[in-house]
Amino acid sequence: MSIVEVEALGRAQRASPQALRRRLLVRRFLRRPFAVIGLVVAVAFIAVAVFAPWVAPYSASATDFDALLTKPGFHGHLLGTDELGRDILSRIIWGARASIQAGVFATLLAIAIAVPIGLIAGYYRGWADLVISRITDVLLAFPFLILAVGLAAILGPSLLNATLAIGIGAVPGLVRIARGETLALREEDYVRAAVVNGASDAIVLGRHIVPNMMSTLLVQATVTVPAAIIGEAALSFLGLGVQPPTPSWGVMLADAQSYLSQAPSLALYPGLAIFLCSLSFNLLGDGLRDVFDPRTRR
Amino acid sequence: MGGFLLRRAGAALIVIFLASILVFAGVRALPGDPALALGGEDRDPVVLEHIRHKYGLDEPVPIQYAKWAWLALHGDLGVDSRQLPVAHTIVSRLPITLELAGLSILFGTLLGVLTGVIAAVRRGKPSDHASTMLALVGLSLPHFWLGLLLIILFAVNLGWLPAGGYVSLREDPIENLRHMLLPALVLGSGLSAVLMRQMRSAMLDSLSADYVRTARAKGLSEFRVVGVHALRNSLITVTTVIGLQLGALISGAVITEQIFGIAGFGRLTVDAVNQRDYALIQGVVIVAAAGYVVVNLAVDVAYSLLNPRIRVAGAAR
Amino acid sequence: MRFETDQGTTHAVDRMSFTLAPGEVLGLVGESGCGKSVTSMAILRLLPDSAVVDGEAIFEGSDLLAASAAHLRRIRGRKISFVFQEPMTSLNPAFTVGRQIGEVLREHMGLSRREARARAIELLDLVHIPEPARRVDEYPHQLSGGMRQRVMIAMALACDPRILIADEPTTALDVTIQAGILDLMRELRDRLGTAIILITHNLGVVADIADSVVVMYAGRKAEQAPVHELFAHPQHPYTIGLLGAIPRPGGVDGSGRLREIPGRVPSLAELPDACAFAPRCSRADDRSRSSVPELREVRPSHFVACFHPGAEPAA
Repeated sequence: MSIVEVEALGRAQRASPQALRRRLLVRRFLRRPFAVIGLVVAVAFIAVAVFAPWVAPYSASATDFDALLTKPGFHGHLLGTDELGRDILSRIIWGARASIQAGVFATLLAIAIAVPIGLIAGYYRGWADLVISRITDVLLAFPFLILAVGLAAILGPSLLNATLAIGIGAVPGLVRIARGETLALREEDYVRAAVVNGASDAIVLGRHIVPNMMSTLLVQATVTVPAAIIGEAALSFLGLGVQPPTPSWGVMLADAQSYLSQAPSLALYPGLAIFLCSLSFNLLGDGLRDVFDPRTRR
Repeated sequence: MGGFLLRRAGAALIVIFLASILVFAGVRALPGDPALALGGEDRDPVVLEHIRHKYGLDEPVPIQYAKWAWLALHGDLGVDSRQLPVAHTIVSRLPITLELAGLSILFGTLLGVLTGVIAAVRRGKPSDHASTMLALVGLSLPHFWLGLLLIILFAVNLGWLPAGGYVSLREDPIENLRHMLLPALVLGSGLSAVLMRQMRSAMLDSLSADYVRTARAKGLSEFRVVGVHALRNSLITVTTVIGLQLGALISGAVITEQIFGIAGFGRLTVDAVNQRDYALIQGVVIVAAAGYVVVNLAVDVAYSLLNPRIRVAGAAR
Repeated sequence: MRFETDQGTTHAVDRMSFTLAPGEVLGLVGESGCGKSVTSMAILRLLPDSAVVDGEAIFEGSDLLAASAAHLRRIRGRKISFVFQEPMTSLNPAFTVGRQIGEVLREHMGLSRREARARAIELLDLVHIPEPARRVDEYPHQLSGGMRQRVMIAMALACDPRILIADEPTTALDVTIQAGILDLMRELRDRLGTAIILITHNLGVVADIADSVVVMYAGRKAEQAPVHELFAHPQHPYTIGLLGAIPRPGGVDGSGRLREIPGRVPSLAELPDACAFAPRCSRADDRSRSSVPELREVRPSHFVACFHPGAEPAA
């Protein structure tokens, strides 16, 4: 905290403590240029994914056999065309849909599964905690790709199954974090006071513990999204995720592999999209971590 | 320490056992009739029945499992759809992946630990910000894309290194390294990014510890203070992280082998699933599970060697 | 001396000075947070980079605060050694105590690994650790707090230093061990003529071993005198308060309870342009609250920084 923030506190004395804290957090966030850039770019990627039909200059699947493997900038194709004459920029824009979908839904799925498990382990402890922690430890380093391969083998390869595999793969790590937070929070005075005052477990968990781990969860969610985006791209690259001709960054890279010497830009732009998209989320997550817990930066 | 390791080894055996049951059941949940796959073009019910009987597919699953497990314990993992012994295939592919993983861990650890230490020692200075940013970039970089870029640069444009393939160490050690360089770089980069971040925060903790001040007060050189007293304690934390990165490393190996056209264990796994090859899938997964468990055990051993609190049970608290 | 932190500059210690003769034991006294430890660490430049130290520390004719890193290293642990106050965390958990003691010997005395180990056993014996030959190969977590403290001392004594700086060496130890450690320091002083700076908030320990005393308050020197003089004729109201706070027959008031000094030590960020003790002092007047009292000699070699010195307890 610096003098600037102290002044801000002085001026905003009338506001409620929550509003005050929120204003302080926003202020701290705005002072981190990389985090702000990350937020802007991440939001831009999401917007592009949502509004793909209006943003993309061409259809993603429209082939043009008069313009195969066009170099970037020629014939009205800003990033060039692929081996079937499809516009790279448009395919990247449409491909953002698969990536953002996988990133967001896998993260939501993981949190929806992990947080209740973590709450149970951390709040009730005892044998439930023992069993959950043991299983989590074993699964923590389980290669998610093997899981994805298995799911793809049983259910068939698709974006949905890739998302499922990525989401499930992220569960153990999140369980561990949710459990740790719960363990720490249940020792807090206000939680103990609630327990002493006879609050039911549901009230203690729902009103006191969960709201107080929101900032941690937000940070974790923000850094899980880019991992999931890369995971989806990897699975699609291997043919275990999005199936052609649906555009996806991973599929585009897989296609580009055959033309590395003739058209290296085919491999360049989709990868750059994955990289920038996950970097923006990672920058945002890193910034949020600092904002919520300035001690970690030191 | 003996008791600790014994407990870990026991847990490892249980994990392998569970994994074997899981994969056996999982494989039987795969869509499609394995007899059809084995029979190839031949759809004659009599032939299919014969195949089912030959492979024991007409028996209850628990019996099938018991038979398979008994043979597996003796190193016999059955034959795949091309009638090749699974164990032999795995043994021929495994060393390639082990070499790749070993080189990647070596490279990733060296780079990650080094940059992490530099960032921590020079905290708040430009080199710290640069290292921290580099780690974030490393985390955001899909390594299969990095692989493609490296191929374009070093193989296609500069022609310095081969774009893929594998030459065994026994055949030609130099060529072997030339083929392994890019894949190991790609696979190790992800590990190094994670390690750098962990190393930085672990070193920051160590450097502010009282025992580091003691080391300085003893008149030790800054190199010894940082490189011996602070580093040793940080490495304890980081060993755990390497263990936790194992899953990512295995996933990464599969993709890396795909990009560089290396016929290793990861490639074999993907092929096995794509070809619905029962025996091969079972063999691959059980070997992967065993390998995973063994490496985890090795990490535990390394951890306890570095950390005297585990190695020597405390006499006094 | 000041710390430059994110929160702005903090002045930890101001106008601090003392001299130390060979074989002298100097007690540096004050409540926690008054700058005792910071002062002692500043001498060997052991403070973090955020600390800015102005002034000089002359040792054997050279200024340690201006010395080169290499020169400083030859003095640290060799000529001036330190016993830190946290025995639990000041030893490295990853190495045996023998190795940590031996490290100093190998660094400064050029001993081989084997010689260093043999000498480490001798040193452990010297600080009265039982079974030194076994303990030498043990890790800090296997030793009790008292033993770790003695290991720290053994490490500090390894090279027969000219000055030993001991920061609260007896806090958190039980009384018998406390006495043993003080005996050890006395022995060292008598045998080698080592000068000792003993940092403590415990005046009882000071009375036991020190030759002269510096009382610090909020980063400044409050009073300085030979030990008998100080105990017989304390002048600064703060010193008088401290004396009232130690458990000895004369210091206990009618109710049989320890007398406490009302109020608390001011934060170092706000070192005032006034007597820092004024807010807690019954003798304080407008002068105390508007200017900093200079140190002056009120009795032979007895210095006080107070506008209203006197031996009478404050009303």
